[in-house]
Amino acid sequence: MEYGLDKRSNALKIFNTTFIIVWLLVACFPFIWTFWGSFKVRADFFSRADWWYAITAFNTLLETGGKFTTDAYSQAWTEGEFWKASRNTVIVTFFVVTISLFLGTLGAYALSRSTRNYAFWILIAALIFRAMPHITLVSGYLFPFFQLQIWGILPTTIVVLVAINQPFTLWLLYSFFKTVPKELDESALIDGCSYFQAFRHIIMPVMWPGVITAGLFSLMLAYNDFTVTALLLNQENHTMVPKIQSYLGTNQHEGNLMWAVSAVVSATAPLFMLVMFFQRQVISGLTAGAVKG
Amino acid sequence: MPNKTFFWFFLPTGLAMILFIGLPIISTGIQSFYAQHDQVVKEVKKCDPFGCTVSIVVDQEKTSKIREEKPLGKFNGFGTYFDRNHLAIEEIGKFWNETNSFGEFVDQVTNLPFYKALIFTLTYCLFVTPNVLLLGFIIALSLNAVTRRIRGPLIFGTILPMIVTPLVGSLVLFWMIDAEGIIGANLQMLMDDPYLSLKSSKTLTWITIIIYGIWHHSPFAFVVFYAALQTVPQEPVEAAIIDGASRWQRVRHIVLPHIYPVVTFVALISLMDNFRVFEPIIGFSAEGSAQSLSWLIYDNLVNEEVILFGSAAATSMMTIVGIAILLAPVLIRTWKEFRTAR
Repeated sequence: MEYGLDKRSNALKIFNTTFIIVWLLVACFPFIWTFWGSFKVRADFFSRADWWYAITAFNTLLETGGKFTTDAYSQAWTEGEFWKASRNTVIVTFFVVTISLFLGTLGAYALSRSTRNYAFWILIAALIFRAMPHITLVSGYLFPFFQLQIWGILPTTIVVLVAINQPFTLWLLYSFFKTVPKELDESALIDGCSYFQAFRHIIMPVMWPGVITAGLFSLMLAYNDFTVTALLLNQENHTMVPKIQSYLGTNQHEGNLMWAVSAVVSATAPLFMLVMFFQRQVISGLTAGAVKG
Repeated sequence: MPNKTFFWFFLPTGLAMILFIGLPIISTGIQSFYAQHDQVVKEVKKCDPFGCTVSIVVDQEKTSKIREEKPLGKFNGFGTYFDRNHLAIEEIGKFWNETNSFGEFVDQVTNLPFYKALIFTLTYCLFVTPNVLLLGFIIALSLNAVTRRIRGPLIFGTILPMIVTPLVGSLVLFWMIDAEGIIGANLQMLMDDPYLSLKSSKTLTWITIIIYGIWHHSPFAFVVFYAALQTVPQEPVEAAIIDGASRWQRVRHIVLPHIYPVVTFVALISLMDNFRVFEPIIGFSAEGSAQSLSWLIYDNLVNEEVILFGSAAATSMMTIVGIAILLAPVLIRTWKEFRTAR
């Protein structure tokens, strides 16, 4: 709030700056630290002796001869088959984004142009669906999927993620479509367009910002999902996030912690780049439904 | 838009939601009334020169045959809901009769798996949601006072905890907080206790997961509040400054009332998300001391011998009831608004 009349005292300015610096440290330092540690050996990043080793790279120097090592990355990507997991993530993410945008734009356009009561109730139903914990839905899927023998494969997961994503996509796109004036498509209808032609040639071209935002959120959901992918995919088809969990190890077999660290960095880096690039869209998406109250 | 056109436009997304959100809820409901088959046992008579012994063994063949014929399991009615792993009616009655003081009774009940999970889930919601609102609001206020030019990178840094998946976020924190990590090791030094570690204490685990929750969700509250702050009208604020209102009074009487609807929105979304807390428990490997409702369902579904469909479904149904109770006030309000609007 940069008000002309408002003169901020110095004490307040200092307090404000300190607070922001502390918060940014809290928010970002864990990621920086993990990134730094991923180039070390386990004995340094998870040091029993002295955490300072993670900075001086004492054991990394002993074991590899350099201060930084990319061993964790090369092992996780080859031996740990992280390449397969990332390939699966790319496939899942691509199809989830494409299909949810296709379904979502059609549905949200209809909702935004309908004046009937049922449109309102559909939106409320979507809100309730949005609140369902994913794990409760998964517990409903597993049994029928086993029976139909469609468990474990990528297409099933893609369809499930699309469906789970629909309520949010609908709400988001609905609020974007509402901002496009009705007169635009009405005039097209008078000129003899069908509803679909008006949607395709008149509305969609002005809707790109909204579509990109909705696409980003579908992408983040599909890319980040753990509950659905961990339980609906077999080992072979695991995407990145369940793969990271499998590196952690269980009671039965020991994991490889440094693989997990490098995999976390590998999985997070593209996401950060994407958000850096599309920051404006992410923020407009988060606030689209909210600010109007 | 005519009904027919609406139908065709909405059909694909409607079908997807009915098939993969609506039906699964019904499927969960049906599954919750069934329980996995008991193993079929048979008596085997073994005779040796010293006499005969009768032993009871599992009849593998018959067991798997029954399982194949009726994969859903045997009908159990509300049995699963009331058993020891869920509402535990019998056990509670027993505790009530056997324990001497109310405190002891509560102690016993909260050790039952379902109640344990319920209490953790509620505690998590109760501590995380208000703190998320508060921290998000403070960050929004203070970032809003920064020069516009450098806000972009600051906002990027602020939303990082939110965009990573909860599993990764909790792992990243866990690796620092664990006894072998940077914060854990320093805490040990500071407290002068070489055995201090996350896993050793239940309270510590709970606090860590709650702090993680605040860390992960605050950016969302921040983004929404920040956007709302941009819409606060300038005139009343300026008038208040002229009238000599302090900074706090301005926030209290002008900014807060203006963004109030947004606060309820953030609280609602945050509550919904917190109620399904699950991944951090895996990330912090805190299964021992902190279990949530979602984690109970997950645990049943990854069971190694037989997947406990019935048990998972019963917990799921009760989770859905919990969500319904959380959403009820909002739905009732919407319904009233809708009726008056007509």
